[in-house]
Amino acid sequence: MAKKMKLSDITNMFAGMDVEALEGVTIEGDIELDLGGLGGGSDPMLAAALGQESAVLAQHFARIAGMFGYPVGIGGPAAAAPAAALAAPKFKDLIPAKFDVANMADWATPIQEVRIGNTSADGGSRGKAVHVGGEKALPFYFDAEMPNRNQVTIDVFDMRIGLAKAVKQNYDEVMDSPGEWAKKNVEQFNADMITIHLISTDPLIKDTPAKEAAKVVEEVLQAVDVPIAIGGSGNPQKDPEVLAKAAEVAEGERCLLASASLNLDYAAIAEAALKYDHDVLSWTQLDMNSQKELNRKLMKQCNVPRERIIMDPTTAALGYGLDYAYTNMERIRLAALMGDDELTFPMSSGTTNAWGARESWMVGSPLKEDSDWGPREYRGPIWEIVTGLSLALAGNDLFMMMHPTSVAFLKKATQTLFGSIEEEPVDISNWIAAEV
Amino acid sequence: MKINSPLQAYKYLPQTNCGECGEPTCMAFASKLIDRSGKTADCPPLVKEKKFAKKLAELEGLLAPEIREVIIGVGEKAAKIGGDDVLYRHKLTFFNKTKMFFDVADNMDEAAIVERVKQVADFRKFYVGNYLLLDGVAIRAVSGDPAKFAAAVKKVGETTDLPLILCSFDPAVLKAGLEVAKDKNPLLYAANKDNWKEVGELALEYKVPVVVSALNDLDALKTLAKTFADAGIQDIVLDPGTVPVGKGLKNTFTNFLKIRRAGIDGDTEIAYPILALPFTAWMAGIEDPVNASYWETVMASMFTIRYGDIMILHSMEPYAVLPEMHLVDTIYTDPRTPVAVDGAMYQVGSPTADSPVFFTTNFALTYYTVESDIASNGIDCWLLAVDTDGIGVEAAVAGGQLTADKVKDAFDKSTFDLKKDVNHNTVIIPGLSARLQGDLEDSLGASIKVGPMDSGRIPGWMEKNWPPK
Repeated sequence: MAKKMKLSDITNMFAGMDVEALEGVTIEGDIELDLGGLGGGSDPMLAAALGQESAVLAQHFARIAGMFGYPVGIGGPAAAAPAAALAAPKFKDLIPAKFDVANMADWATPIQEVRIGNTSADGGSRGKAVHVGGEKALPFYFDAEMPNRNQVTIDVFDMRIGLAKAVKQNYDEVMDSPGEWAKKNVEQFNADMITIHLISTDPLIKDTPAKEAAKVVEEVLQAVDVPIAIGGSGNPQKDPEVLAKAAEVAEGERCLLASASLNLDYAAIAEAALKYDHDVLSWTQLDMNSQKELNRKLMKQCNVPRERIIMDPTTAALGYGLDYAYTNMERIRLAALMGDDELTFPMSSGTTNAWGARESWMVGSPLKEDSDWGPREYRGPIWEIVTGLSLALAGNDLFMMMHPTSVAFLKKATQTLFGSIEEEPVDISNWIAAEV
Repeated sequence: MKINSPLQAYKYLPQTNCGECGEPTCMAFASKLIDRSGKTADCPPLVKEKKFAKKLAELEGLLAPEIREVIIGVGEKAAKIGGDDVLYRHKLTFFNKTKMFFDVADNMDEAAIVERVKQVADFRKFYVGNYLLLDGVAIRAVSGDPAKFAAAVKKVGETTDLPLILCSFDPAVLKAGLEVAKDKNPLLYAANKDNWKEVGELALEYKVPVVVSALNDLDALKTLAKTFADAGIQDIVLDPGTVPVGKGLKNTFTNFLKIRRAGIDGDTEIAYPILALPFTAWMAGIEDPVNASYWETVMASMFTIRYGDIMILHSMEPYAVLPEMHLVDTIYTDPRTPVAVDGAMYQVGSPTADSPVFFTTNFALTYYTVESDIASNGIDCWLLAVDTDGIGVEAAVAGGQLTADKVKDAFDKSTFDLKKDVNHNTVIIPGLSARLQGDLEDSLGASIKVGPMDSGRIPGWMEKNWPPK
C-alpha cells in the first residue's frame, strides 16, 4: 500500500492544488520524502534552501493528507525526514535556517513634521521650505520609511569671532559681512539653511541694541533665499527682546527662533513666533524631563501649535559628554515613538559644539603620555562629523554646523542611510586581497 | 538574560546570607547578578558545594547574556566581544567595547609589518583616568601563499601579544596560519558557502573562534551559524558583509539592525557578535586618502553605534583613530555610573600655601580633564570642584548652575580658607567663566585671575602669570 514519493511528485501535485483540484487528490499510506538526489555536486546553499522548501511543502502536504483522514500529522514522517537527514553530526550538510525578525509593534506614534521657511505660496520670500520630522521609527530603520532627510544649517555670526583655525580659513574674508557669509554658506558649502547668531547683542560683548541686530537679520534674508534660524547671544535677560525684534522684521518668513528655554522669558519668544509666523526652538540641557516641561509650557501656556516646535536637547561634543547627549536624544525619540506626545517633535543639534573639544583644535596633546595627535587641520572636521553622525543615529533631524568638509560628509553619510545616494556597486567579496 | 528581578535570581542562591561573596545578604548578591556587576563564581558555596550544582547550572543558563560572548586571543589582552542584553544603552549598559583590529597584509616586507604592528600596539590616548587603546591585528592573506601567510602571522605574533584575526577564504592558508598561532586563540576569518566544511573543521580541530560570512544574505548567514553550532562550535562571529557606499551600505546597516534585534529578541541561532569591515572604505574608489580615511571613520561610527562588536580597519592616522576610539568609549560607557564627582576641595600633587587655587565644575569629565592636565604637567595646586549638578563650565554659566554665589558656597562647605590656607588670597577661574570675575571678587573678597579657556593651556598660562605679582 505504501507509496514512495519524490520531491518532483509533490511539486507537481501542488502545482495544480487549488480548491477544485483537491477533490481529485488521493493518498495512500505514509508519506516519505527522498532527498537523496540533492546532496553532492550541487551548491550546498541551494541544497539547503531546497531542503527547507521541501520540508515546508511536505508539511502542507501532510496537513492536507490529515484532513482527508490519512495517518499523517504535523511532525509526522513527512516533516521530519529532511531535518533528520540534514542534522547529521559534524558537517554533513548545511542545516537550513530562515532569518526573520518582526517590526517594532510599539512604535505607533509618528513624530510631528515641522516646516521651516515660507515660500511665496505661504506668503514668504524663501525659494524653498525645509521639512523636518515625520519619522515613524528610529532614523534609517527598516520598520518604516523615513519621510524627510536630515538638514544642515550653517552658522553665521553678526560679528567677527574667535574660531578654530581650520574653520576660520573658510570664512575669514566674509566674517565682517553676515550677508556675504550667508551667501557663501549656501552657494559654496551647500547649506540647506542659515543660522544667524546675534551674539553681539550680549551686554558683556557689544550690547548691540535689538533694533540694530534686527537689521542683520534683514540683511541675511535679502542675501539668501533658504530658510533661516535666528539665534540670540545666550543672555537670558536680553534674548527675548532681541528675538522678538528679529521676529518682527522677519514677519511671514517662518524662521526658527533659537531659543526658548526655561531660564528666560519663553512666553515672550513664543508670542513673537505666533504673532509673526515663526517656529520655536525649545532648548533644554540634557534633561528629558525639563524638555517635557518646556514643551508642555509652550503648548499649553503659550498656545504654540505642535507643527511649530523643534527641540534642542543639547549637544555635547565627542569625548565631552556625547554619551549623555546621544542617550538623551535616543530616549526622547523612543519615548515619542511609543506615544509620549510631549516629546514627539523633531530635534536640532548645535553640532558646532564639537569645535570646543580640544582634540578638534589644539596643536597637540597637552599630555606627554599620549601618542602623537597628528595634524589638527584633519582632526577638527572629523570630530564635527562623528559628533553629528552619532546624533543623527539617535534621532536628530537638523544640524547646526560650521566646517564645510564636515557638512559634506555628514550629508553624504546621512543621505546614504536615508537611501537617496546611488553609487556604483562595490564588489567586496575579495576584500582580503585588496591592494590598499 | 532570561530573568530581570533579584527575587528570581535569589531562588537559586544558598539563601544563608553567609557573606562570603562580600555582600551582606544573598538578596544583595542577587541584585548584583541581575545588574551584571557580580558573577555566580563570586559565591563560593554555590560553586563548591555539590548540592547546589543543579541550581548553579540553571542559574547560569538564566543569567547568560542574550548575545553570546566570544573571546579572541589569550592572556591580559584577550578581546572579549558580544555579551549584550539590550538594544539601547540606557536600558542597562552595553558590555564589551567594540574591538578595533587593524589590518596587516602578508605581502608587506618584514620591517613594514613590525613597524605597523608596533604602531597599533603602542597607540594610546589618556582619557578620564585611563588610556584608550587599540585591540588587535588582522592579517590578510593577500599573497594566497600558505608559507608567506604563516611567516607574516609568525612575525606579527613575535611583535605583539595583541589578539589576531587570520583572514583568508582558503582553508590551506588558514591552516598554515593556525599552525604558527595555535596557542594564541586567533579568530578565523572566514567560513562561507564554498569553504564552510573545511574551515569549520579547522575551528574544531584548533578550538578557535570563527567568523561565518554570507554577503547580504541573512538566511545563508543563519544557516551557516546554525550548522556550526550544531557541530559543537560555540564561538561564532557573524559577517553579513560590509558594503562601503550607496544602497549597499544602507543594506548593510539594515542587516546589522535585524541581526541584533532578532538576537536580543531570543533567536539564539543568530545571537552572536557581529563583525564590521570599515576597511572596505578603501575599495570604494575614493581618491584622496584623507577623504577615504574620513569615510572609513564614518562607517566605523555607524557600526560602533549600531551593533558592530568587532571591526577591521585600515587607517592608522591619528585623525581616524582618535575619534573612533572615543566613540567606542562613548557608546560603551556605563550610563549607570555617576556623572559627577563630589563637590569638594581636592589636592593635586602636594600643594602648599604658595600653590595656586583653581576651581572647576563637578561634572566628572570636566573635573578629570582639568585634574589630568594639571597633574601631567607636575603642577601642585588646590582644585575646588563646584557642585553644578554635574554640568560643564560653559553650559553651567549659561544655565545659571555656576554663579559667584555657588562658588562661595563651595568654598564655605569645603572649609578651605583663602585668607589662611594660602598666602596669596588669589583664585584662578576657568576662562569660560570669565564673566563671573567681578561678582567673584565681591563674594570671595579675593583677587580673581581669569585662566585659559582650556585647561590644557594651564601650564603655559602659569609660566606667564604665576606667582601673582
